[in-house]
Amino acid sequence: MLKECLRMSWQNIKGNKMRTFLTTLGIIIGVTAIITLITTVEGATNEITTQFTALGAGKVSVSVSGTPLKRGLSDDDLLRLGEIKNISGIDPSVSYSQHVAGDGSLCEDVTVEGRSAAYFDGSSDLISIGRGLSAMDMDRHSHVCVIDSNLHENLFPNENPVGKEIVVSGLTFRIVGMLNDESENDVMSAMSLMMGGESNGKVIIPYQTALRLTGTNSINSLTLYIKDTDQTDETIEQVEDVLNAAFNYRDNAYQVLNLDTLLDTMNTMTGMMTTMLAGIASIALLVGGIGIMNMMLVSVSERTMEIGLRKALGAKPSLIQTQFLIESVMLSLMGGLIGIVVGILLSALIAHLIGMAFTLSTGAIALAFTFSATVGILFGWAPARKASRLNPIDALRSM
Amino acid sequence: MSETILSMRGITKQYRMGDEMQTVLRGIDLDVCQGEFLAVLGPSGSGKSTLMNIIGCLDTPTSGSYNLHGRDVSSLDEDELAVVRNKEIGFVFQSFQLLQRQNSIQNVELPLVYSGMRASERQMRAKQMLERVGLSDKLHHFPNQLSGGQQQRVAIARALANHPTIILADEPTGALDQKTGKQVMSLFHDLNEEGNTIIMITHDISIARHAKRIVRILDGCLTEGVSEDA
Repeated sequence: MLKECLRMSWQNIKGNKMRTFLTTLGIIIGVTAIITLITTVEGATNEITTQFTALGAGKVSVSVSGTPLKRGLSDDDLLRLGEIKNISGIDPSVSYSQHVAGDGSLCEDVTVEGRSAAYFDGSSDLISIGRGLSAMDMDRHSHVCVIDSNLHENLFPNENPVGKEIVVSGLTFRIVGMLNDESENDVMSAMSLMMGGESNGKVIIPYQTALRLTGTNSINSLTLYIKDTDQTDETIEQVEDVLNAAFNYRDNAYQVLNLDTLLDTMNTMTGMMTTMLAGIASIALLVGGIGIMNMMLVSVSERTMEIGLRKALGAKPSLIQTQFLIESVMLSLMGGLIGIVVGILLSALIAHLIGMAFTLSTGAIALAFTFSATVGILFGWAPARKASRLNPIDALRSM
Repeated sequence: MSETILSMRGITKQYRMGDEMQTVLRGIDLDVCQGEFLAVLGPSGSGKSTLMNIIGCLDTPTSGSYNLHGRDVSSLDEDELAVVRNKEIGFVFQSFQLLQRQNSIQNVELPLVYSGMRASERQMRAKQMLERVGLSDKLHHFPNQLSGGQQQRVAIARALANHPTIILADEPTGALDQKTGKQVMSLFHDLNEEGNTIIMITHDISIARHAKRIVRILDGCLTEGVSEDA
């Protein structure tokens, strides 16, 4: 019997192709919008999260503006920070611009960065050739350095730079390794690269040496490596205690930037945005639902005679209602399916255009599917009920 | 000679028209036996349509008792009436009432669908019925490919499909010309000869004369009329 209902509904839908298409258009647009919005926003969020995690999972950045009395952090302050239990490494960064000479050529405006061994321990794929700076280099104040590929191009094109010597601020440094091109992996250098644009190259030397070369004894930027990221908040409090003491409890002397917190905030925000966009898209579905209801009501009036006949031949009211309900659910599901396909194609296209990895959101598809089925039942209910309640005599008389 | 399959006692039907109650049927008594061919003759407004609706279980009487095939149907609810219509009554309408998007077989199958018969059995039965009314070559034609007479024969096949107790025909020739009307009437004759009980509602005395028994309805009252005076 249900099979018959399905067959008859299908026949009726098929018999009114243009009208069927126009009616389902509302649902198609609604579902397409939902799928596209959710998939795109979700994809973008994933992308950003991945990048952020690569940049700074388990890292806390501290940037110090200092007070008039104390411009930055001293070595002693670093030692005190190092005593905090949950910190596995401290990576201060001192950065300035300088001419660098090597092998008879000169390179202007090279970024000289002072770093600790923790910087190189922090990530393994930092170095492409040779080695990074080690704790031993730090202790010995060795005159060794690591250069990036830009500087390599400028000073020793087509030569293995490891073992060569360069001159920075009058001191000779031996090159022990070269940075990977993709190594702009902490927020500070990524930001400085974004703001400063292309640099002529970069050379990394032990930070104590860098401090000596700049003639100051203060560090204005450092990255802390956290052991147990579940306790990041507690660790940050301890860090702040040390910093407050160092700057005599003056306001605005420093800033602690925790990427995990930032990530959480961002996730909440994108989550809210997704919900909001999906909400807007569901208005389209609502309108589509009303379209279906309208079509079903017209269909009921048009087929009054048919309904009367079916009743005269022994169709129970409940069966008539079922048939019309099936028809409206079929309509909205058809719209939903087309919408899902179009939505997937559209979001794949968008992902391709903005150069983002395309991931299919099954959640969005499930949501769109249930939503369109619900719309079909909800908005098909009233017309189906109207049809089932038609008096067969009146219905037959309307011929 | 044979058992009474339809028995009405004191059937009245009243409609509310604004403030007034309009009485359409005033105490109808009617008995129909198995194998009868009865014509209900009456002008428009006489209440014959209302009587047909009550006979066909499309409507329930305001008062009175109606016994169909040994069962009191005057107080059944909508679902039960639907079952009774499906099993006991075969309707033939003036304007055929065929579903335009379905072919002859599918149209004849319709009452069988509602009685829950299996698809293969349904098709066989529908074919038999269409053969019975002489349309074995039009099984897969759609109504708009058939003449009026052929359409009415499809409708008659549909009425026969569930082997109903009564075939209830409402002005079966009203939409047909003289010649095809006669053919349809002779089909009814044959069906009656085969033992089918037929009740025909009409305003046309010449059509009513095809029946073996005629009753007249006028202003909601039924009189047994051997219609020589008309």
